[in-house]
Amino acid sequence: MNFNFISARTSQKIMNSIFVLSGILTLAILAIILADILIKGLPVINMEFIFGQVENQGESGGIFPIIISSLYVTLVSILIATPLGVGAAIYMVEYASNEKLTNIIRFGAETLASIPSIVFGLFGLSFFVIFLNLGWSIFSASLVLAIMAIPTIFQVAEVSLSSVPSIYKEGSYGLGATKWQTIYKVIIPAALPGIVTGVILGMTRSISEAAAVMYAVGSSIIMPISIFDPGRPLPLHLYVLATEGISLPNAFGTAAVLVIIVLVITFLTNYFTEKYQNKMMGK
Amino acid sequence: MTKIAAEALIEKSLFILALFSCFVILIILCFIFFEGFPAIQEYGFFKFLFGTIWSPNDGQFGVFDMIIGSLYVTFIALIIAIPLSISCATFMAEVASNKVRNFLKPVVQTLSGIPSVVYGFFGLIILVPFVRSQFGGTGFSIFTAAIILSIMILPTIISVSYDSLRSVPQDYKEASLGLGATNWQTIRRVVFPSALPGIITAIILGMSRAVGETLAVIMVVGNVAKMPSSIFSPARTLTSNIALEMSYATGIHYNALFATAVVLFMLIMLLLVVANYVQRKYSIDIGGGTL
Repeated sequence: MNFNFISARTSQKIMNSIFVLSGILTLAILAIILADILIKGLPVINMEFIFGQVENQGESGGIFPIIISSLYVTLVSILIATPLGVGAAIYMVEYASNEKLTNIIRFGAETLASIPSIVFGLFGLSFFVIFLNLGWSIFSASLVLAIMAIPTIFQVAEVSLSSVPSIYKEGSYGLGATKWQTIYKVIIPAALPGIVTGVILGMTRSISEAAAVMYAVGSSIIMPISIFDPGRPLPLHLYVLATEGISLPNAFGTAAVLVIIVLVITFLTNYFTEKYQNKMMGK
Repeated sequence: MTKIAAEALIEKSLFILALFSCFVILIILCFIFFEGFPAIQEYGFFKFLFGTIWSPNDGQFGVFDMIIGSLYVTFIALIIAIPLSISCATFMAEVASNKVRNFLKPVVQTLSGIPSVVYGFFGLIILVPFVRSQFGGTGFSIFTAAIILSIMILPTIISVSYDSLRSVPQDYKEASLGLGATNWQTIRRVVFPSALPGIITAIILGMSRAVGETLAVIMVVGNVAKMPSSIFSPARTLTSNIALEMSYATGIHYNALFATAVVLFMLIMLLLVVANYVQRKYSIDIGGGTL
């Protein structure tokens, strides 16, 4: 935009108001979405809804098996993804010396992060469900989600490991510790809050994903007991309730539960990040 | 085991973990291509890519309309999202006080954390009836999907361009302000040009998220496998084509859906390569090379 025909001061004023407005608009979008979901969803939520079985395909009853499915796939996927993501980050920060190799590894993580979730869904179906014969199960879905969470955990852990001051390392070496002892006893503890943040971000991605698991998890509304049982996580339940027109109130209730879980996780992430920053600044 | 042998073993195992991502990508590529290949072989690559009839029952598998659908929805979403998100990022980085900035950061973070199905649900309940009453038709349209997508890519574009705006050296700004430039003149002539590669990366990241989004789009776009005639007509995207038909597809139809994923994958890879290229090209032009 060229404002030659109006004074510098006027254009300054105009642009400032545009900037402020865009900030307000962003806030308003979030407020409207949250308010809509929570105002219509919270009245549906009660003990019976949280701890009840799914009845009539979700038209009545509660969502207890759905919540358990969600926690189940999220937990198992994080247990698989954390060692892989953190291990890769440790290698990149502490061992890798060949620049070509680190570029390949980093490009691999970037590519993995940008593959659309529905492509992961197809891969889960053809590889885990059919080729490895794991069937429609919590386990198949968890494996797909684990692959999706690895790049997130890897990227955040790498930043946090590389920001550990080198003086810590030198102190440890000076005392005669080996490389792995230094990593295990000094570097990982110092970077832990950052690593935890990465793991929590990975969890957010796992718990809110539906497209990647819709063809791996089996969409069963019965309580999953074993890891090889089928299940149906919260986002998938919401999708089915909304698109098949089963029950609008229960869809709002499910959406509200999902949004509350994500809000709590976001709050926890900020808590850990702040703690980490304070520690790094010596507070 | 001696200490040295143990150390070597640990290094080897970590090396394998580090290569795991690349290994997984290879397996994913192999399986998607392997499953998609029979459809491309039987139907013909160009006929598949540029065919305009998708009718699995009659053995017609042209995905051209869906490529257009995907690009159309993404393009409109970008037109809505780019001005809003860059202006919001500028507000947070250059104009707002620390207090306002620390308030807006978690807002953007929360927007990016909301599950895509929740966005789709919001679109289905609020936006579809709104578009129907304002612009006619069923309300399921490219326009509706583009609004939802633009909201979903806001946090991506805002946070990446914010980081890039913040990393412009303070000296540059102070020099400009010292010459008597106003804050806006400084932003326009100094801050924006220096932060440009980061902003372009932000836009491309948002774009690849929009192209790859599935369920939120399915819920509002109408999913008619026809060439869209206007912004208010329904359409079908590559992603929604896969998700809608996978549950009952068999035989060549099953393979054709994997071939659709191949097209989608190539589109995303193209965007990623462009993003890398742009970042490298512009970062050399600016002194220091760290921008």
